[in-house]
Amino acid sequence: MRTLGSVGDIPLGEGRTFAVDGEMIAVFRLRDGSVRALSAVCPHQGGPLADGQIDMKQVVCPLHLYSWDLATGCSLSGQEAVSVYPVRVDNDQLILEM
Amino acid sequence: MIKQRLVVIGNGMAGARTVEEILARGGDFDITMFGDEPYGNYNRIMLSNVLAGVEDESGIFLNDLNWYADNGITLHAGVRVDRIDRRRRTVHGSDGSETAYDKLVIATGSSAFVPPIKGAHVPGRGYHQGVFVFRTLDDTRAMIRYAREHERAVVIGGGLLGLEAARGLQNHLGHVTLVHAMGHLMNTQLNERAGRTLQATIEQKLGIDVVVDGMTTEILGKHAVTGVKLADRRVIDCDVVVMAAGIRPNSQLAADSGLVVERGVVVDDQMRAAGEDDIYVVGECAQHRGEVYGLVAPLWDQAKVLADHVTGANAAAAYEGSQVSTKLKVAGVDVAAMGLQSPEHEDDELLEFAEPKRGVYKNVIIRDDRLVGATLVGDNSKALALIKAFEKGLPLPEDRAALLFDLGGPAAEESVADMPDDEQVCNCNGVSKGALRSCVDAGCKTVSGVMDKTRAGKGCGTCKPLVQRIVDWANGGEAEEDSAASYYVPGVPMPKPELMDAIRLYELRSVSSVFAKLGGEEDAKSKMGLASLLKMIWGAEYVDERDARFINDRVHANIQRDGTFSVVPQMKGGVTTPANLRRIAEVAERHGVPMVKLTGGQRIDLLGIPKEKLPQIWAELDMPSGYAYAKSFRTVKTCVGSDFCRFGVGDSTALGIAIEERYQGIEGPGKMKLAVTGCPRNCAEAYVKDLGVVAIDGGKWEIYVGGAAGAHVRKGDLLATVGSADEVITLTGRFLQYYRENGNWLERTYAWVPRVGIEKIRAVVVDDAEGIAADLDARMAAAVGAYKDPWKERAEPATPGQFRTSLPLTVLPQVPVRA
Repeated sequence: MRTLGSVGDIPLGEGRTFAVDGEMIAVFRLRDGSVRALSAVCPHQGGPLADGQIDMKQVVCPLHLYSWDLATGCSLSGQEAVSVYPVRVDNDQLILEM
Repeated sequence: MIKQRLVVIGNGMAGARTVEEILARGGDFDITMFGDEPYGNYNRIMLSNVLAGVEDESGIFLNDLNWYADNGITLHAGVRVDRIDRRRRTVHGSDGSETAYDKLVIATGSSAFVPPIKGAHVPGRGYHQGVFVFRTLDDTRAMIRYAREHERAVVIGGGLLGLEAARGLQNHLGHVTLVHAMGHLMNTQLNERAGRTLQATIEQKLGIDVVVDGMTTEILGKHAVTGVKLADRRVIDCDVVVMAAGIRPNSQLAADSGLVVERGVVVDDQMRAAGEDDIYVVGECAQHRGEVYGLVAPLWDQAKVLADHVTGANAAAAYEGSQVSTKLKVAGVDVAAMGLQSPEHEDDELLEFAEPKRGVYKNVIIRDDRLVGATLVGDNSKALALIKAFEKGLPLPEDRAALLFDLGGPAAEESVADMPDDEQVCNCNGVSKGALRSCVDAGCKTVSGVMDKTRAGKGCGTCKPLVQRIVDWANGGEAEEDSAASYYVPGVPMPKPELMDAIRLYELRSVSSVFAKLGGEEDAKSKMGLASLLKMIWGAEYVDERDARFINDRVHANIQRDGTFSVVPQMKGGVTTPANLRRIAEVAERHGVPMVKLTGGQRIDLLGIPKEKLPQIWAELDMPSGYAYAKSFRTVKTCVGSDFCRFGVGDSTALGIAIEERYQGIEGPGKMKLAVTGCPRNCAEAYVKDLGVVAIDGGKWEIYVGGAAGAHVRKGDLLATVGSADEVITLTGRFLQYYRENGNWLERTYAWVPRVGIEKIRAVVVDDAEGIAADLDARMAAAVGAYKDPWKERAEPATPGQFRTSLPLTVLPQVPVRA
């Protein structure tokens, strides 16, 4: 279990990257306030997923607009899947369980 | 009652189609599928379109991962099944899993056949790095990646697959040679004359070199491929080799598990493996009555029989083999073939027609008044009629020539009303006219909607016109227009004018409020377009939610392939000063900027800037943003005009600067690139800009709109000729505002101008026929007044971590540092 910082570090509807044990993890704060965590690197050509646009379901990589399901990490556009990590907000702190 | 467990080995077209047929019959199973490839089910036939660049990967998926979830299917994608334990009724996966079944379907398909050629493999490392097969999506991706960086390809194999590979590769490299071991192309389907006709077309029209009777014996080159050597010692230079010499059924798993395997896994008429009650086999890996099929149509028939039998929907269902016919475009050439290639008996009738100059060859072979074979190359107009006669054994016309040609009268299009319901329309995806009609009857009224639901027309695409006609007919005339195509953004079901009215009516000032009121669900792919529209409508009253912005607009820079950004300071009209150049040079040097480059819009681009450094770079440059990242007014390219140029008839430089000064940073549905050129020699390329101004003799200016010179090349239409620079500035603003208010999201002016029509645009913008010119001018003036240089937003981040790095730690392809 790791504390990544305050949930306020991520603006509503955006993502930010955190380095955890040498892994880069993109954490997104959805507009309903919930959070999701995915591997930060787009499997297509290494794009930074945290810079992508999101909705309640998907993140769209900013480089070539391929998309991934925020909950499962499955590609919605025929690419490889990305890893998902359990993440939650506790007392305004972002807690990553890995 | 506990559900029966159905396990399917193979997640390709046969496996997934079989499961669809089972579900369609209400089959109530606990379904688990294993797929070797880490994807959902895609249309393998379409890989040649992906290679040729006419279809993107997402367009070829038949079942995406949602389909499996929606139907409660457990999919193990990327897991190969190593063993079937028939006694314990379990399958064992490469991930160590063990899955029990009550019914098992084997649909392992085929893999590429690679002839034993010296040098094709590197010991212990698989294929030589420049050698590819063409079977899976991953193969296709790897081939595209590699081909792009190389020059010459040799494709080994002159069958269907080899021809498609050769045609596709031409898209990515300069020279393609096709080497075929047999005496003529497509020898499995075509006779020699037909094969030679096809060859001539491939060579002359497509520019592919074809070598027949060419047995490849060796691939040359130790580290990189340098060529291939043929049995006659000829050497063909190349740096890429694609093996397309055929396919072989994947039957090893079945053989290892004790099933009867000859060329494929032997099945009975119910598609059960020989002697097995609960193991079915379907598709290219199955051998039925001695035949192994490599085409898609027999697979649809097999899947239906299998599903009928396993679900009990029709326990007497039996597969009796397929009459194989093909009708397709091979490397852009129409080819149809069925039955015999040439007559076999003395009394077989042969009709043959050849027109080599047009690349046309046709024949039909008739035995006992029945069509037993036909071949068409270069003209498929009679293909459907011939296939029907061949498959159903229909009586033939007295005048046999009518089989090859439409004789007299207009070439009759078959009336869709007269087609029987069970007639197959889409041969790739096995969709009948009846299926299309029921889809329309069930409420799906548009052509694209019916195509999405039934997948008709989603294979090779040749049946699309027929699908269109049937959908029109089923709608009792014309199909409804596809309304989604007219939406401004996909996530809010309204065309732009309606959307703008609704936004004004409900006073929706933020993107989230638009979704909440009009869209239902937030949609990532619609946010940017809505943000642009709201900013245009509300100006300073727009509630700017940063997440609605694309990354470029969040950090005012253009994201690059390695996740760094490019910084382009404003340089109005492409004019700069020694002092500004010096400052740019100093900043670039101080920060070790990897590349400094002139842009096409006459500015200087600093490439490879990490996100976290952007505010500092802006501060040190202390220049306004050039907006080289947004869907907005970009640049005004100019020539040196009348000040220095001995030909110039107007001061294009000054006018260009004035235009940029006024309209800098104005956002719109697409980029707006402008130019002003001092004479019709057009050094500033004004004829091919979104708006281009050309000085002509007599102190006049021509204004062209809707030009483009990107992926799409179009000369702009003349909007007006005016007598002063002030009029140019006014009309420019009015035109851009009209475009901003009416263009669809991402619709550049080169598409918008012809869509609306230059006459209409001229009437509104120049002649004020609708009386809105003053309003357009006023709204544009408000937007101009609201301009703020975004690069001033640098002392404090606008959001937490606005400029924090998102770059992964892994090594990425990086822009090389140039000394």
